[in-house]
Amino acid sequence: MKKIRLGTIWLDGCSGCHMSFLDMDERLIEIAEYVDVVYSPYVDMKEFPESVDLTIVEGALSTDHDLRIIKKIRENSKLILALGDCAITGNVSAMKNLYGSEAVLQRGYFELADLNQKYPSKVVPTLLESVIPLHEAVKVDYFLPGCPTPADAIYEMLKSLIEGTEIKIHELTRFGK
Amino acid sequence: MIKEKVRVKNFKIDGVCVTGQSNQTILEVAHDNDIEIPTMCHLRGLSNVGSCRMCIVEIEGRHEPIPSCTAKIKEGMEVTTSSPRIKAAREMILSMMFSERSHTCSTCVVNGDCQLQSKSVELELGHSFTPYLNQRFEVDASHKNFVNDPNRCILCTRCIRVCDEIEGAHALDLFGRGLNTRIIHDMDEPWADSTSCTSCGKCVYVCPTGALYEKDISEEEVVKKREIITELVKNRGQR
Repeated sequence: MKKIRLGTIWLDGCSGCHMSFLDMDERLIEIAEYVDVVYSPYVDMKEFPESVDLTIVEGALSTDHDLRIIKKIRENSKLILALGDCAITGNVSAMKNLYGSEAVLQRGYFELADLNQKYPSKVVPTLLESVIPLHEAVKVDYFLPGCPTPADAIYEMLKSLIEGTEIKIHELTRFGK
Repeated sequence: MIKEKVRVKNFKIDGVCVTGQSNQTILEVAHDNDIEIPTMCHLRGLSNVGSCRMCIVEIEGRHEPIPSCTAKIKEGMEVTTSSPRIKAAREMILSMMFSERSHTCSTCVVNGDCQLQSKSVELELGHSFTPYLNQRFEVDASHKNFVNDPNRCILCTRCIRVCDEIEGAHALDLFGRGLNTRIIHDMDEPWADSTSCTSCGKCVYVCPTGALYEKDISEEEVVKKREIITELVKNRGQR
């Protein structure tokens, strides 16, 4: 059987959902029989590859880089799974929206900086006006909420996608779980 | 006051023949017959205002759905409590509630005991269908025991109704219009300065979300005694 080409990416989130992924523990071995991880913080791959079957996205979109990469992911992936509340609602990442990116930069790079007070202009990407969930930028195929999404829910979701069965997501997880 | 004669009415809910009194609402009769209709602003024991629209139902011959908590029953009417159209409308209503204010479940003190959150499970809402508005309101933490956080308010007005109808103080009210509407105390004074608030805490207990909550307690310790009001009204009636 051909293995599923799986990508995972960590955008504006805390990596808790990726930790939860690892919390599948010995079940990872079972999953590994069916999937090939082609892009992820877990593997060393610089560029997002072509023809990925499923990409699991953790985190919201908060920078111009996030927007570019999510569009590339959409082009190169058959399916996108939004993992966790940040990817689905913005969650903690989006809390700064109430004040705006300008206020956050002002606080971080001027008020709290003792030396070299200026906005970052190199290396770090530019912040968007506001943090948005994935589905406000691209089409998302599956939503798996949770903060972080419990390992059991990730396992059941992957199993159902591998086996082609249906699951009741809301029996496994919810916003804020 | 001229009392309207109460008559018995026969009608159908989801094809089931039911009977109610003419002063009853569709929701009440559905409840008496163990027919589930999702609700949000409704709380047994309080008056109904139909502000959230979660309990909308379709009536044969009517174009728009109507809230079943305020609609009186009529002889021979045929009510449908769930259809693809109603389901889509309820999802949209819930989406709008989530996107209007900042309901960040993971940082909320009532996470796990919130009726907005549990409604997303009940209606199987995967994500919001409307973009987030990112509105910010000032939090009123002046009261010694309670906090009013309009950022988590869905404007169900349960707090206003319980304060007026059960406690008899009417310390709370709505202020502003549309998206900027919020719950205020007296004439928009800080909660601590409210002369009519008795600090009974009923508003906090009936709040479906984390908009009104008790100070200095953790997520694990939160107890929302929502059914206490229903009990209270029942007991008063027996006296």
